[in-house]
Amino acid sequence: MEAKRFPYQLVKTDTPPIWMRPLIPVLILLITFLITAGLILSTRANPFQAYYYFLISPLSSQVSFLEVLVKSTPLMLTGVAVTFAFATGYYNIGAEGQLYAGAIAAAWLGIVLAGVPAAIAIPLMIIGGFLAGMAWALIPALLKVRLAVDEVVTTLLMNSIMAYIVSAILNGPWRDPTSGWPQSPEIAENTMFFKLIPRSRLHFGFIVALVGIAVLWFILTQTSFGLKMRAVGLGKPAAQFAGINVGRTTLIAALISGGIAGIAGVSEVAGIQFHLIGDLSAGYGYTGVIIATLGSLNAIGVFVASLFFGLIDTGAQTVSRAMGVPVYLGEVTQAVMLLVALGMYLLQRYRIVRRA
Amino acid sequence: MFIVEMQSITKRFGDLIANDHVNFELQKGEVHALLGENGAGKTTLMRILYGLYHPDSGVIKVKEQPVVIHSPKDAIHLGIGMVTQHFALVPPLTVAENVVLGYQNSFVLDQNQIEESVTEAARRFGLEINPKAIVRHLSVGQRQRVEILKALYRNAEILILDEPTAVLIPQEVEALFETLNRLKQEGLSVIFISHKLHEVTQITDRVTVLRDGKVVGTVNTADVTQKELAAMMVGRETFGVTRSKATSETAAQKPMLELINLCANDDKNLPVLKNISLTVFEGEILGIAGVGGNGQKELAETICGVRQPTAGSIRVDGRDVTGKSPSELTQSGLGRIPEDRHEGMVVHLSVTDNLVLEHLDEFTRNGVLDHKAIRQYASELIQKFQIKAKPNDITRTLSGGNMQKVLLARVLARQPKVIIAPQPTRGLDIGATDYVRQQLLEQRQRGAAILLISEDLDEILALSDRIAVIYEGEIVGTLPAAEATPERLGLLMSGAVKEH
Ligand SMILES: Nc1ncnc2c1ncn2[C@@H]1O[C@H](COP(=O)(O)OP(=O)(O)OP(=O)(O)O)[C@@H](O)[C@H]1O
Ligand SMILES: [Mg+2]
Repeated sequence: MEAKRFPYQLVKTDTPPIWMRPLIPVLILLITFLITAGLILSTRANPFQAYYYFLISPLSSQVSFLEVLVKSTPLMLTGVAVTFAFATGYYNIGAEGQLYAGAIAAAWLGIVLAGVPAAIAIPLMIIGGFLAGMAWALIPALLKVRLAVDEVVTTLLMNSIMAYIVSAILNGPWRDPTSGWPQSPEIAENTMFFKLIPRSRLHFGFIVALVGIAVLWFILTQTSFGLKMRAVGLGKPAAQFAGINVGRTTLIAALISGGIAGIAGVSEVAGIQFHLIGDLSAGYGYTGVIIATLGSLNAIGVFVASLFFGLIDTGAQTVSRAMGVPVYLGEVTQAVMLLVALGMYLLQRYRIVRRA
Repeated sequence: MFIVEMQSITKRFGDLIANDHVNFELQKGEVHALLGENGAGKTTLMRILYGLYHPDSGVIKVKEQPVVIHSPKDAIHLGIGMVTQHFALVPPLTVAENVVLGYQNSFVLDQNQIEESVTEAARRFGLEINPKAIVRHLSVGQRQRVEILKALYRNAEILILDEPTAVLIPQEVEALFETLNRLKQEGLSVIFISHKLHEVTQITDRVTVLRDGKVVGTVNTADVTQKELAAMMVGRETFGVTRSKATSETAAQKPMLELINLCANDDKNLPVLKNISLTVFEGEILGIAGVGGNGQKELAETICGVRQPTAGSIRVDGRDVTGKSPSELTQSGLGRIPEDRHEGMVVHLSVTDNLVLEHLDEFTRNGVLDHKAIRQYASELIQKFQIKAKPNDITRTLSGGNMQKVLLARVLARQPKVIIAPQPTRGLDIGATDYVRQQLLEQRQRGAAILLISEDLDEILALSDRIAVIYEGEIVGTLPAAEATPERLGLLMSGAVKEH
């Protein structure tokens, strides 16, 4: 006897309809709202009010709007970093570790470059962070290109190794002698990123991130290297047949990816924390993977997606502060939204139909 | 009784109407040909029947019941099996695993039992294949056989074969036709897509002809001639391109491509090319005849720089190019047409991108692409080679014939000194086949040395100045076209004799 089949099924569509596009963010919010409303109610808060704080209020004042930009700065950079790799078919999950590599370089240069004019020191910090992120990305990239070792595994492992290195540095040589906290000494004033708007937290790193987006757009769409990257990412054998050096292209893309993730670390150290600390990144490297994916591996998509994640990051804090609900509520909501967003991203390529 | 009825099926891709109110009826127990030029909409119609595409409008009935086929799973459920133009096998798995994949219900796979049942099925359907072989190591022809076996193994009552014979050698085609005839007696209904009219007249009971997405008509095969079918397809009657025999004898004997004791290994690291020595002269087409799977694929790959030779050397216009990278080979004047269109082009990129991919440096200033020059170059080639596509179309959406034209355009536009053409007309309709052959002859006239590798003897005989036969990775004979008869070539191809 045949088992009874569920009367509806998902069917892959040839092309997702265009009108779906603007609808998707709305749907994401709606579904997240429905899922989390019960949770919010359980803390005796009004879900509608909570969502107002979550999504609207960050945009309603200048201070919090700038905070959205601050939050999206590292995400933009890691999103760009991951896109470089993914577009080439190199699945770099290691942006988190590469970010810390850049951060270590920045914390060190921030001390070494004390007294050097900012106009020289800051570019040096950025270059240093880029090189450090690149160096950290080198081993998995070489393993992939030379020995075909799966990069998803190696880049992920490198993240754990980096976490231990950071912890070792901060508890050993760099433990702050004055406070005793596990944080590196404060970087010199001349190496700190200047503020874009006085008395806000918005710093030069945001400009760097915008440049990152522009560079991504330029390389992917305007250069022959970008076309080679995409060719390798979309069809390795064909790219090879056409005379593209697949290994070299992959290696370079992986290194650029690591370098830009390293700059994200520089930006956080020099723009926000001024120390190297253990939780410098709130998983920015991993969020970068999601941003790159949701942004469909193109510059504008990555730009929009990082702003959106900056918004819900800011909103999560606003909610708890304004309504006195526990902070974890914001975090839970954010996590749910992430999952829903990923789900929607996949589901937009399907439609629901009744079975025959 | 009609086992399948497709009524007024319409399918659009953007502005393009791939199927325009198509009516198609399949009788139980018949072999029914779908005929039409490249891009006529045959594959699209069959993909709709198999649940891979969804029609914009129209009704499908299977066994007189209206059905909605959402996915291949639904189609399989309804007893429909399809062997696609481009295979859907999992290369690292064995033949047996591929055949049962997604069909075996038990959780634990019993290798022996699977292999036994697949061997059994292979014997029953007359499709000889080693069930233990890893698919990755099989030739295109052998993979095709696995696909057919896979569909039959699933108890398909309706079998769609999208150009099944394009990759088979004559004997295999015969075997397939015998199988089809036998299965037909048992009640199997077959939809058979082919560009080869003699096959259509030989095996099918009825023919439906498509042109530009519309049905031109459905006829009983017995009532029409091949000429009439051709006319229905394209609206003209004369076909066939052959080389003008006179020229080659007097041509200057300047060697352009020299293979000297070339050896190479296959993917399993076993010797597959054994001391191949060949010379192709300026203005000459050298045809390599042979039964599929005798090293032709590897030979083309080795010359094209995709596979490294283990011994021997390759010379282009007197210069040693052994071990050079694909881009250096292109530079040295070697025009490489890939055997597998899907591996020779990045099908997810646009037609334009693919046209310039081999020569990016020429369209780049300081690393920046010159989009204007690229666009102009692409539109010129699209026009010159009559490619039915817009420059920004994603290559994947082109019909087989148009994809091949993109590849030809990419290679021939460079006026290469030497052209490697493995299976250049596989899967093409008569119009496109003529076109490609014409292009190759024009290149020969221009002075290019062409190595034509083909499993289609007619093609070899029609185009070649000299013919070499490959058998188990060895050249077992080389003869001038004038002395080559199908019988003599057949003996060489079967490995029964050697001529040196
Ligand atoms: N997914 C798609 N998106 C856009 N256009 C498509 C798609 N699939 C097919 N087409 C277009 O539809 C038309 C019909 O294509 P189809 O593959 O059905 O032709 P065909 O008759 O099978 O040709 P061939 O003999 O070359 O295989 C072609 O112009 C093709 O470019
Ligand atoms: Mg087709």
